[in-house]
Order: sequence, then structure tokens, then C-alpha cells
Amino acid sequence: MNTGNKVITIEVLRYRPEQDTAPVAQEYIVPFTDDMSVLQGLQYIKDELDGTLSFRWSCRMAICGSCGMMIDSVPKLACQTFLRDFYPNTVRVEALAHFPIERDLVIVMDDFMEKLDSIKPYIIPEKPRALSEGEYLQTPAERDLYEQFSSCINCLLCYAACPQYGLNSNFIGPGAMALLHRYNLDNRDSGKEQRMPLVHAEEGVFNCTAVGYCSEVCPKKVDPANAVNINKTESASDYFLRFVTPKGACK
Amino acid sequence: MESFKADVAIIGAGGAGLRAAIAVAESDPALKIALISKVYPMRSHTVAAEGGAAGVVLSHDSLEHHFHDTVAGGDWLCEQDVVDYFVAHCAEEMVQMEHWGCPWSRKPDGHINVRPFGGMKIERTWFAADKTGFHMLHTLFQTSLQYPSIKRFDEHFCVDLLVEDARVQGAVTIGIASGEFTFIEARSVIIATGGAGRVFRENTNGGIVTGDGMALAYRHGVPLRDMEFVQYHPTCMPGTGLLFTEACRGEGGFLLNKDGYRYLQDYGLGPAQPKPVNKAMELGPRDRLSQAFWHEQQKGRTIEGPHGPVVHLDLRHLGEKYLRERLPQIYELAEQFLGVDPAQTPIPVRPAVHYTMGGILVDGNCASPLAGLYAAGECSSVGIHGANRLGSNSLSELCVFGKVAGEEAAKFAKAAAPGNSEVLRKQAEATQQRATHLVQNSKGGERISVLRREMAQTMEQGCGIYRMGDEMQRTCDKLAELRQRFVHINVQDKSRVFNTDWLLAIELGYQLEVAQAMAVSALNRRESRGAHQRLDGFTERDDANYLKHTLVTYSGADTPVVSYGPVKITHSQPAVRAYGAAGEKADADRAALDEKAAATGGRSA
Repeated sequence: MNTGNKVITIEVLRYRPEQDTAPVAQEYIVPFTDDMSVLQGLQYIKDELDGTLSFRWSCRMAICGSCGMMIDSVPKLACQTFLRDFYPNTVRVEALAHFPIERDLVIVMDDFMEKLDSIKPYIIPEKPRALSEGEYLQTPAERDLYEQFSSCINCLLCYAACPQYGLNSNFIGPGAMALLHRYNLDNRDSGKEQRMPLVHAEEGVFNCTAVGYCSEVCPKKVDPANAVNINKTESASDYFLRFVTPKGACK
Repeated sequence: MESFKADVAIIGAGGAGLRAAIAVAESDPALKIALISKVYPMRSHTVAAEGGAAGVVLSHDSLEHHFHDTVAGGDWLCEQDVVDYFVAHCAEEMVQMEHWGCPWSRKPDGHINVRPFGGMKIERTWFAADKTGFHMLHTLFQTSLQYPSIKRFDEHFCVDLLVEDARVQGAVTIGIASGEFTFIEARSVIIATGGAGRVFRENTNGGIVTGDGMALAYRHGVPLRDMEFVQYHPTCMPGTGLLFTEACRGEGGFLLNKDGYRYLQDYGLGPAQPKPVNKAMELGPRDRLSQAFWHEQQKGRTIEGPHGPVVHLDLRHLGEKYLRERLPQIYELAEQFLGVDPAQTPIPVRPAVHYTMGGILVDGNCASPLAGLYAAGECSSVGIHGANRLGSNSLSELCVFGKVAGEEAAKFAKAAAPGNSEVLRKQAEATQQRATHLVQNSKGGERISVLRREMAQTMEQGCGIYRMGDEMQRTCDKLAELRQRFVHINVQDKSRVFNTDWLLAIELGYQLEVAQAMAVSALNRRESRGAHQRLDGFTERDDANYLKHTLVTYSGADTPVVSYGPVKITHSQPAVRAYGAAGEKADADRAALDEKAAATGGRSA
């Protein structure tokens, strides 16, 4: 690791369930260069100062979604947040808000995994298609319809940003709703009817109070707030159409 | 200790592991699958693959072209019958991915689009912008959720295989959140744990790419094949090693030295032309491009940067609009990590370790010599990459051979007799004791990070782009020393919940053994071929003595044993490996040679 002349203080909110009754702040002094990310700062701590600090990371390039955490109270990926932007002040890092802490900067993410499972995030074809029939046709415009929502890396920053999820974790939340919307918009898919009950449900889109902070913190410009709000309209029109046709607005 | 009884256990849930799990589930829904990953599946390193996946689709392309590009690209160290199978099944698997929802980039008429890639004669790389691995991984993971027979063990770290009666019968894992062990019984096991690039210092790999599965199989007597062949990707970020995809060059990017000169034309890849030409210049293969960088550095024609010498990846002439559409992730990486706008300024790049060509010895059915044990993806050596992998063959490999491994492991599981659970449980308990001992009895003074750094430094010194006998010997000696020092490793964290210090120590143990397999293989190959290039009197390819696979066998604390195995040649005789204008001439000569061989009955496929 490169060490320059500059040092920065990183304050980490520690929590070790086997010894701590509540989270406690711990400061580390870390030498840094201008190209170092917060993740590299944490790696320095782990390697050189304190082997007991736990955090998730892998790809280092903002695509695996592992290293989401609160950095000065804002949900961010540690790998694409740079220490130079905080110097000479102390930078404070803690586990993502609104999730139970497993340990230190590691959250329990079972809730999201269950939500992901519940939205049926896979193509449900109208009828089975054999490989010999080749690919489905999908024009660039049809692809563009859902592409943005397919870019979700499941980093959960949007959940940490969502005040509603913080109040009531039954709310399906921005990330899962974006993925639900992604499949509904895909011209290869016919599963919308199976997914819409989740949208209408008590835990569905109407929990959202349109704060929009989820989209602001999204590192991949997925714009989950947009997905949620389009589904509010869809849900309302579906509700109305149910009086006219048994399947509502679904194909 | 918790226990779980599976029919098939899969270790690793990246592209290959997920594809294998789906194949098992589809071949027989009654088979119980344990899908084990030390991370959540969508964090697996497949996620970072950028450029695309090969599969022949264009009418002027052919399986024979893909075959030849792969075999010549691998400097004839490929298993040609396996390559035949591979190229024949790539496109079908890409269509399968399409049916499962992969957002492939499209042509205006709605058909999928393909782009050129290094060392490929015709465009055949399917892509999803420059996030192909991300989209393939998420598509596979999300698709896998609809199969109830797949029981996931997320964030479960595998510490050993269970081998009894000369066949593999399960695995032991640590649940990372709790620190509790699980004994997983299985009638067959698939290893799909990816590569080992993190044994080097500058690399494109995620932190999890530590060769775990290679070491697990190796410790149980399965040879590792062709481990000396480690791919340096030519265009990576200085310092961190982060990847700028080959698609940058497929889309028309140039590589420039300090004089703004497209230097690749000086290394048998020319002539330089303004538009990209397949198999020439910037679209040459990765080994040749990384070697050319080394030569430019020797000549003093590289540019000095804060993290050492670099060359320039110039994308300016492609324009911001096109770059944002085709290479959006690359654009952001350059902006965020380097403060460079690639539409305005060339990106500084240098080679970094990217891919492990070698791996667990398996046949064309993905079966290892240990009964019941299968492997697929980067951790395996099924025989398609030879001495140098072509870009976009590895994502296709995950699908083609993930599926094969799944189907074969399912067949094996159904035919295998049930194991003796009590005996296996005892073995699992002994494994638990050993793994726990590493933490509880660790009083030594060796730091994990120090050993890891020394390992990475010595690998870079001895097993880099160009290699020398004496340097490789020093690397072998150093790794032997590090393995001795590892006995005194100090695991500072003594807790159970999410103890990553403990896991890092176990990973380091895996890495040291895999690194040693690489270095010993390299030292013993006294020729230059593909990614293994020597400067000490063995500068040429030597087919008379080394047209054979290296096999390294584990030997406990001692230096591993090196032996050699035959290479399957069916219908492409070793010939001159050339690119650019010279490549076109070599292609014509080879066609004549193959025709002659066919006429005299030398062609067996």
C-alpha cells in the first residue's frame, strides 16, 4: 500500500456481539494518498492496525455491491468514495442504516434476499421457448425500456436511504421494486400478473412517500424511485380496470 | 455441528456454479443441491467481467474459425476434442442466457449484436454493454431462484472436502455469520470457485479470488494442470489493477507509447490501420500485447506515472456519445478513479494479472481423477485455454461447462451408493478441530498481511510477463519459506461472528499452495509458449520437448511433484502463431498443411 505524508482519521462504528452491548466508535489514524478510497483505508486498518475489524468487500470497482456503508451518514460504496474528499476532517463510517448489524460494518441482509425472491425476478414466458427457436427479438428501444432497472447491483444503499423502510421493514423497498419493474417491462416476460399483487399489497408501492433519496444515492443510476412511482400509477389503473376485466391491467 | 444431506454439492456460486446448479435441477428435480458460496452469489467475481462471451452467429463465421482462433491463441496447448465441443455449444448457451433474460445488446432489427475481440478472426462476442459478466451473473442467480431443489448456503466458507472410499462425499463449511460448522454430505461435488489471481500484487481480481477450490482438490491428490500459464491483461488501471475491458479496443481504441505512436506495429501485429482489424494491432491476443508493453518499457518508450510506467489507451476519437453507449462502465471508472474524461484524455494503463489458464485437472466431462469430483470455470483446466486464453471464451466456458459439470455430477450422484454418514461425520469433526485450532492455538508472530504481501511480491518478480530460471528458483524458495512461516500465523481475531481474520488466514494457506504450484510449473517448463515467456535461453516454443501439459501433484509440506501429460491434437497441427499481416499468411500456410495432413490420413476428428 502506498503511504504518503498525509494522515486521515477514520472513525469506525464497531460492534462485536460477543463483547459489545452496543455499538462503539473507534478511531484509526491512516496514512493516505489522494487516489485512495475509503475501502483502501479500511484495508489498511485491517492489514496494519487491527485484524479484528470486519467489513465486506470484493471487486473494488463498484459492481459487486458488497461494500455499501454509511460514510459521514450518507449511504455509499466504500470503493468509489475517496478519502481526499474528507481530508483534513475525520471520516466516519458505520454499517448501512435500517438493517440489523451482524458485526462492525457488516449488516444482516436476509430481509432483502427474501424480498428479492418474492418478486419472481426471472422471465416467466407466455409459453416455453425451445433453444432451436433462437433468441427472442427485442429492439434496442424495447431493451432500453428496462435496461436501467436491470443495472441494480443489490448494494442496498437505497434501503439505507429510504425513510419508509427505516420505519417499517415490511415495505418491499426501492431495490426489489426496481427489479420487479425490470421484469414487468421486458417484452420476453408475461409474469406481470403474478407480480402485481406485491405492488398493490399493504407492503407495496403506496408505502413510498416519494422522498426520492433512494435514487439520489444509487451508484448505478437505476432510479428506483421512478420504478416505485410508475407502479403507483400502474397499481391505481390496475385497481380501476379490475372492475372491467378480471385480470386488471395485465396482459 | 449442523448437517445437511445433499445429492450434489456445488462449491462456488458464480457463473459456473449457478449454471451447474440449474443443470442439476433441470436434469432431475428430485436431486437435492447444496449450493455453497463464501459470499452472496451475486457478489461472485463473474460480476466483474466486462467485454462479452463468444458464440458463433454470423453467416461468414464458422465453428472451425472459432476452433482455430482458440487453439492457435492457446499456442496449441489445448485439448482439441474439448475445444470442438466447446465451440459447438457456445451459441446455444448464449441463446439459453437470452431466454433467461440476459439483456444482450441488440441490432436495430432486434437480433443480438456481436462485437470484435482480441485474437478472434470474426466478430462473435455477445455483449451487454460493458457489463456482460454482471448481467450474466444476475440473470443466472435470479433464474436459479425458481428451482426449489437448490438449497443455498450463502456466506458459507468451505474448509475441506470429505473423501472416503476413494471418492468425494461431501464438504465442511463455516457459516460466516455464526462461526458454526456445517457437515454437508453429498454423492458428488462440483468445484466452481474461480481463479487465483490474488496471489499476484497488481491484478484485476476481486478480493475473493484466492484459489480456494484449486487448493481443496489439490490437497486431496487431484493434479493441477498448466498452472504456469497466468494471463496478464494489457489494459489495467495503474496501482489498483482494475480492468479496462478489451472491448475498448474492440470498439476501436488505440494503444500509444510516450511518443503517441501505436507501438504494437513494432511487434509483429501490424500494419497499423485507422479502423480496428480483427487479429491485428490492438486486437491481437492478450499475451502478445502485455509482452509488447514490457519491451516498450525496456526501450524507455513508456510514460512514467505515480504507480510506475504506463502507456495510453486512447478512446478520444470514438466520441463521448458512442463511449457512453458501448463502454459506460469504463467511462465511469476512468472519471471516478482516475479523474480522466476518456473522450478528452487518453487513459493511462499497464498490464495486470487477470486470469488463471490452468486449474483442477478434469476431462471433457468436467470429471477429475477423484471419483465424484467435478470442476468447471476458471478453477478448472478442462483444456480450452492452453497457454493463453482468448478474451470472451471464459464467460462462454462458464455456461457450456457449468452445464456439463451439472449434468455429469447429477448422473454420478444417482448411480453412487449412499455413503457411511457416521464415518463422514467423524471426518467432518476432525476438520472442524483443525480449522478451529488455527484460531485458538495461534500464538505465532507471523502477520497475515505480511505473508500475503511477500507472496505477491515474489510471484510478480519470478512469474511475471517475462521469466528467468534463477528468478523463478528464488520465487520457489521464497514460497517454500512462506509456507513454513505460515505455521506460525497469528490470527488476531478470536471471535466467532463474522471473523474475517480467520477466513483470510485460511485463504492465505490456499494461496501459498496454489502459488507454489504455479512457480514450480513455470520453473520446469524450459521453453516459451503463450503466457509463459522466458528470457534465459528458452525463448522459443519447443514442441519436441514441451508440447505437453504440466501436472503438479501435492506433496504435503514438500515441494510438489511435477509430471507431464499428452496434449490431444485432433486436426490442427502446431504451426506458427502469428497475427496482423503475418497472421494472414500463416493462416493460408496452415490451411495447406491441414489439407495435406487430411489427405494423408493424419486427421482424426
